[in-house]
Amino acid sequence: MYAANYHKPSSLSEAVSALSSNEDAKVLAGGQTLLPTMKQHLAAPSDLVDIRAIDGMVGVSVSGDTVTIGAATTHADVASNADVQAHIPALASLAEGIGDPAVRHMGTIGGSIANNDPAADYPSAVLGLGATVVTSKREIAADEFFNGMFATALDEDEIITAVKFPKPVKAAYAKFPNPASRYAMAGVFVAQTGSGVRVAVTGAGADGVFRHGGMEAALASDFSTSAVDGVTVSADGMLSDIHGDATYRANLVKVMTKRAVSNAR
Amino acid sequence: MTNVSMTVNGKAVNRDIPDTTLLSEFLREELRLTGTHVGCDTSQCGACVVHVDGKAVKACTALAVSLEGSAVTTVEGVANGDMHPMQTAFNEHHGLQCGFCTPGMIMTGIDMVNRYKAAGKKLDEAAIRDELEGNICRCTGYHNIVKAIEDAAAKM
Amino acid sequence: MSDGIGARVKRKEDKRFLLGKGKYTDDIRVENQSYGAFVRSPHAHARIKGIDASAALAMDGVIAVHTGPELKADGIGDIITGWAITSKNGEAMKIGAWSPLATEKVRYVGDSVAIVIAETQALARLAAEAVEVDYEVLAPAVATGKAMNPGQPLVHDEIANNMCFDWEVGDEAKTDAGLAGAAHITEISLINNRLSPNAIEPRSAIAVYDDAEDHYTLYSTSQNPHVARLVLSAFYNVAPEHKLRVIAPDVGGGFGSKIYIYPEEITCLWASMKTGRSVRWTAERSESFMTDAHARDHVTSAKIGFDSDGKIVGFKVDTIANIGAYASLFATATPTYLYGTLLSGQYEMPAIYCNVKAVYTNTVPVDAYRGAGRPEATYVVERIMEKAAREMNMDVAELRRKNFIRAFPYQTEVLLAYDAGDFDAVLNMAQEAADVAGFPARKAEAASRGKMRGLGYSCFIEACGLAPSAAAGSLGSGVGLWESAEVRVNPVGTIEILTGAHSHGQGHETTFAQLAADRFGIPIDNVAIVHGDTDKVQFGMGTYGSRSGPVGMSAVMKALDKVEAKVKKIVAHSLEAAEDDIVIEGGEAKIAGTDKKMAWHEIGLAAYMAHNLPEGMEPGLKETSFFDPVNFSFPSGCFICEVEIDPETGVTQIVQFVAADDFGTIINPMIVEGQVHGGVTQGIGQALMEGVVYDDDGQLLTGSYMDYTMPRADDVPSYTIGHGCTPSPNNPLGLKGCGEAGAIGSPVAVINAIVDAIGTDVEMPATPSRVWAAIQSSAMPQAAE
Repeated sequence: MYAANYHKPSSLSEAVSALSSNEDAKVLAGGQTLLPTMKQHLAAPSDLVDIRAIDGMVGVSVSGDTVTIGAATTHADVASNADVQAHIPALASLAEGIGDPAVRHMGTIGGSIANNDPAADYPSAVLGLGATVVTSKREIAADEFFNGMFATALDEDEIITAVKFPKPVKAAYAKFPNPASRYAMAGVFVAQTGSGVRVAVTGAGADGVFRHGGMEAALASDFSTSAVDGVTVSADGMLSDIHGDATYRANLVKVMTKRAVSNAR
Repeated sequence: MTNVSMTVNGKAVNRDIPDTTLLSEFLREELRLTGTHVGCDTSQCGACVVHVDGKAVKACTALAVSLEGSAVTTVEGVANGDMHPMQTAFNEHHGLQCGFCTPGMIMTGIDMVNRYKAAGKKLDEAAIRDELEGNICRCTGYHNIVKAIEDAAAKM
Repeated sequence: MSDGIGARVKRKEDKRFLLGKGKYTDDIRVENQSYGAFVRSPHAHARIKGIDASAALAMDGVIAVHTGPELKADGIGDIITGWAITSKNGEAMKIGAWSPLATEKVRYVGDSVAIVIAETQALARLAAEAVEVDYEVLAPAVATGKAMNPGQPLVHDEIANNMCFDWEVGDEAKTDAGLAGAAHITEISLINNRLSPNAIEPRSAIAVYDDAEDHYTLYSTSQNPHVARLVLSAFYNVAPEHKLRVIAPDVGGGFGSKIYIYPEEITCLWASMKTGRSVRWTAERSESFMTDAHARDHVTSAKIGFDSDGKIVGFKVDTIANIGAYASLFATATPTYLYGTLLSGQYEMPAIYCNVKAVYTNTVPVDAYRGAGRPEATYVVERIMEKAAREMNMDVAELRRKNFIRAFPYQTEVLLAYDAGDFDAVLNMAQEAADVAGFPARKAEAASRGKMRGLGYSCFIEACGLAPSAAAGSLGSGVGLWESAEVRVNPVGTIEILTGAHSHGQGHETTFAQLAADRFGIPIDNVAIVHGDTDKVQFGMGTYGSRSGPVGMSAVMKALDKVEAKVKKIVAHSLEAAEDDIVIEGGEAKIAGTDKKMAWHEIGLAAYMAHNLPEGMEPGLKETSFFDPVNFSFPSGCFICEVEIDPETGVTQIVQFVAADDFGTIINPMIVEGQVHGGVTQGIGQALMEGVVYDDDGQLLTGSYMDYTMPRADDVPSYTIGHGCTPSPNNPLGLKGCGEAGAIGSPVAVINAIVDAIGTDVEMPATPSRVWAAIQSSAMPQAAE
């Protein structure tokens, strides 16, 4: 890979200053996407700001109806966390299905969300649960956070510190993995929340994670698989590639939605 | 260049290395521990799996400088005496052919057994196959790898 | 004898691999080393108008940049193909020149243009990116089925229609006549998907030049170091053989892809002389996808005719085979003599005709990969047999039985003479193991869960143990196809076996040692196998085509015969007995019926002390043999695959896979079964998930594991293995070879099972999206019966 300078700040303010004082600096949160990209010379940051040593960046806390997960908490730690398992089992199970065991030991929730890979799992949970992304500057609602593939509302010098998930009534995530990469070809996060039913789809859309209004409307009146049967999923706007065309992905969205609905708890 | 100190296979090591040195490069080039193999550039084949502070990690996808103070164990360091029970089981069940993916398989196998034991879960064939998602073998068809891990789990 | 032939001996070589102490090429460090990186074409087809290396050369730590014209000027030869094919009109095949570094044109994405030598690997790579090549981009020919169409761009300007050869085997008139009289005709169109071999160890080379001795050493990930040395000397003019040592240390899988001598090894050797530095290069996986020889890639249409009793009356096959941009070593033999000659399958076919047109395209060269030609042949034969059975409303196994060959040797209509087999026995064994009788109940149970079950067969035969030399030579082979062995008994009685075969996962250090342990009754730990170094081992042909057993081990057996004969002479002389009375067992030589004996170490010592040898006998105990068989060997088998398909997603789960093989004699069942497990998994990969895709511009879309699907542990089941045994009469042990059968027989069993489940054809790889689309387009009810 190209040369880069490594920084490991112990405070958020140092991290922000390292980011803002180097034009091509990037946050290193777990590196499971960034480092392979750098190895292939597809990214060339001048500086890497490792946020894992910053106080309060790691861990899960529960307060009232909110589960807060530190940005540098690994997928493995989210998956095995007793609070996450108790309050949002769908989130624990989603984390358990990201990548492979070794990747889950290093990859972090903040890194995944900030990268907003169109086939990543976490964006669907953040959007599907109506979570709030907490950053070094502000709090951003999920609906305002994701701006199409690999794009987010984050400023260049803004660092995610945590994600606040409201406890759903029930929820589930169903993923159809890409046979090669094992990323989501269609991942659907379905949640019955205090503010209604939310259905977030990752992997399938040509523009990254999105909410499916038709599904949400159908499930709001009848939270059942037969309600999903009645919804038409259009192939318009779905990805088409060597692993499956848009029609197939549209079918997968429907099938995964049904599976998520029947698994919701 | 940054100075990094860590413990590798129980020995303290200290080197000045470029910041972008991957853990796999650090192990292979600086420490000449060539049991950690590199079989891909997209973090998928798993030939490079080592343990960092007791957890399986892909050494090709971690910066050595970020592991200051960590304890790293490679395939060269798991045997306590002759061979680790996982290594013995791979020999007993013919769980390797060309041997290139083997170090990663051994390290992943040990990690999964440790995690399942700690969680009190049963590591059956389906679970082993699922846990091997990040390790690709082109020779064995996995049949004997699965058997070896199952056997080692009973003996560890 | 617990370590002898037939024993499940644990592998002697495992320990070093398990402890992380294996020594693969990239693990080796040499003096004075530098790093090479290749400047590669980003275009599928382009003319090179100029190369500007000044920016790269200006970088601190860059040692040199060398290009194709320099390499040509130094007399380095073009890369050869090893098998001359004659077209049906009598013309020689058309070969386009393949320079290790391109000179005028680049012909595939990844074609090498220049080598950069630098002090570090990272720097070499950066500098390679800084070399500016001025390309005139040309339209490429990419698709196999279209490459010979008029108006397609020409990969090699001088080769019309991109056609390398237009070959035939069999009797067309007789076949047409047979088909004309058929009561039923079945036709099929098939694509045999293009694959990437993907040994997990990437290719690697270290070239060391010693200017004082004018001597070269090459460490290389090679399946056949001796052939590499021969070709590097005789054809590429790198150095004469006695000035070139090739070492293939531990090699991490090959599957055919490491047979060939690629541009990188040649260029590194030459560059080490140019720079006076040792030059090392290791492929990144993305480079492997771009430059390792690909495999298969056939477009085929076939027609088979049956009489009213279901007996085959004629079989006609037309195939277009893609050989890529250049004709690689076995690229011309694979779709001809390893393909067309196998089209009789396990069946009595009175008339066969096969035409193969081989085409150049702007893609990486296509060459032999596990099975090489025989998986393609099996795919055609066994797909069309099951399709025919369904069309004729016959049981798929019964149609096969009706046509099985039962008398051996059997001369087919396509050159080969099968040695031995019992196809009924193996089919019965597989059917019993697969509980075929219970399948309808399982299918019904699956249907009750909304799943579709199917059962697919593959009854296959292959030719391996590549040989004999004279026959191969008459068909165009550029090399002899024998193998060599040397057995050295040391003065202390331990044994070294030097073999020209090469182990890169096959377990030779164990199985070859079993031969000596079996013969003399000595512990296997007293036998060492030496291979993979041209300075240590006599010339040999290497390991590919499942030849290490039938050819390599046979050479060892012949050398052991010679050792045994000399031992008997020495012992008879020492103990004053007749040679015929000497019995060797348990590590001793005894006079039968007496307690007079010599221990093995005493025999070794006697041979080397030479104080009391028979008159005229030379001292020492070391024998060499070269074995050249009289025929191929013909492993056969029956695989039965059972699948369950989720119609909602198109996902195919293999719920059972039975592999019943007839490998003749088996030396170590544990290792043989491991070969089957691996081969079957590669075949399942071809059937369900693997496929190289180039887009219309010749860009490789499957350039990493993100897009090229490798079989993982949860994609495949545990396997059920059975062994039939009809020993080959063509070698001393009755071995047939076991390395490729799994990959040859399995793809079609999987596809037949899917077709059985969904009631409609589907192409390989039968990915979930393809299976789902096939189900959607099929009028079949989802839960039949």
